[in-house]
Amino acid sequence: MLELRNLTKRFGPATAVSEVTLTIPAGQMVGVIGRSGAGKSTLLRMLNRLEDPSGGGIVFNGLSVDGLKGRELRRWRSRCAMIFQQFNLVPRLDVLTNVLLGRIAEHRTLPSLFKRFSDAERTMAMLALERLDLADKALQRADTLSGGQQQRVAIARAMMQQPELLLADEPIASLDPRSAAKVMDALRAINREDGITVICNLHTLDTARQYCDRIIAMFHGQVVFDDVPDALTRDTVRRIYGVEDDAEGFREELTSNSGWLRPGAPLAHSPALV
Amino acid sequence: MSEHTLKPGSLPAEVLARFDRLRAERRRTTVIGLAIFALCFAAAAWVGEFSLSRIAEGAPRIHEYIVKILPELRVSQFGEDMAYWFYGLPQWLALLWETVLMAYLATLLGTLGAVLGCFFAAHNLTPNGPAYFVARRSLEVARTIPDLVYALIFVFAFGLGPLAGILAIAIHSMGASGKLFAEAAENIDMKPVEGLRAAGANWVQTMRYAVVPQVLPNFASYTLWRFELNVRTAAVLGFVGAGGIGQELITAIRMLYYEDVSALVLLIVLTVTCIDLLCEKVRHHFIGKENLA
Repeated sequence: MLELRNLTKRFGPATAVSEVTLTIPAGQMVGVIGRSGAGKSTLLRMLNRLEDPSGGGIVFNGLSVDGLKGRELRRWRSRCAMIFQQFNLVPRLDVLTNVLLGRIAEHRTLPSLFKRFSDAERTMAMLALERLDLADKALQRADTLSGGQQQRVAIARAMMQQPELLLADEPIASLDPRSAAKVMDALRAINREDGITVICNLHTLDTARQYCDRIIAMFHGQVVFDDVPDALTRDTVRRIYGVEDDAEGFREELTSNSGWLRPGAPLAHSPALV
Repeated sequence: MSEHTLKPGSLPAEVLARFDRLRAERRRTTVIGLAIFALCFAAAAWVGEFSLSRIAEGAPRIHEYIVKILPELRVSQFGEDMAYWFYGLPQWLALLWETVLMAYLATLLGTLGAVLGCFFAAHNLTPNGPAYFVARRSLEVARTIPDLVYALIFVFAFGLGPLAGILAIAIHSMGASGKLFAEAAENIDMKPVEGLRAAGANWVQTMRYAVVPQVLPNFASYTLWRFELNVRTAAVLGFVGAGGIGQELITAIRMLYYEDVSALVLLIVLTVTCIDLLCEKVRHHFIGKENLA
């Protein structure tokens, strides 16, 4: 169980995340939605301490995460794997090595400098790749793969950490719809079959509705909605995305990647030069 | 220099006016920049006593010296003349070999130091402020003190011979390559670094797996270039008794053994050219390699 208490992050005068209090039981698949700049990313990055909180606390199964340092902090990071929007693989290394790097926290510094991974680890890595349908790419350089494939390699790397918690920061924002579906299916499979808690930042509402058990919506750094997807009404959605009046009607699909470009839709006319 | 112009009447007057203002501002910046450049140039020429008349006056004397150091080669007895010119060849080749080995060892040592230092001296990777400061300043000291000065110090400490030269070149290489390496490391893509940190890697592991694969081609290329430079440096460090062929060259210059000077310079040029060609081959081989890391 993950508990956040009054978690706050300030960047100078700006408050990115403000007094967030949440409890996430083990095994849930949670979608965090909201506009760009609502604080979703910062919230997620505080959980594995890529950002240090300015205030409040994070407790995971009794372990206070916000004060961890050094080796303890690295141990915690290996327990909560992270998936990034831009995959964050090492482009010049082959896929198998990238996946094996998920084990890096288990290795002592000196031996780890020479790519010495055990046979068991290699087997584990190949199984992870096989599960994500990428075993035949194992020896290719990571940067020769498509975006969707790279994201699945990143998921395989995350699985190598044998995490208790999986954080995904906009995992499908750079992907085409088909690859996006594959990645989201993989995340849900990990959640359902391995019982790993998944917290996923999404800016497309339909994806969140389709895949998540629970939706948390953020607006200006605060949690403004926290319930099952079905409880998310039109009014709430309008508030989250900051649509003031309903003159043309707010369509939920407009938050989706696929909704923006419709054939035949008029281009937004540019305001006159002043 | 080309400049953007807009046709009057093609846009609202206000837009045109603002555009003109911005353009005038840019023009002013350019003019000020050129003026500063010209001023610096004039000052440098004055301080350096750089004048065309002096060059015109002295140029013929260069020719004179070159003629003086060239031997007399006759077609009828070319072989004998060459043998006379290069009478010291066996000894000189041994000294050249020593020179190249000095450069080689110094490049290895210097590069090792540069690699260790550069991660601390790259502001995006350094573990903390003090480490950054210390690394930057030591690399600066290592490269700004001329290698001849280091050579003199080490000759004083360790005596005449190649050891002093090797150490002098190694220290200078460490400083020069360290700065270039740090700059290469500052230009990397930071996403893999974040990926490694998020997987629980410590600093050393992050450098090894997220940074080294990205910078290795750059490092290899710089190092080969540094080796070329070091061969040249090793050839002159003998001037102060720090080993290599320079000792022989400075003796020939001082004692006015004119033909020896031309023979030695020719040999040095040939050696540097060979090293140059060799390094180019190796560099191409490296760049072609896929999984260098």
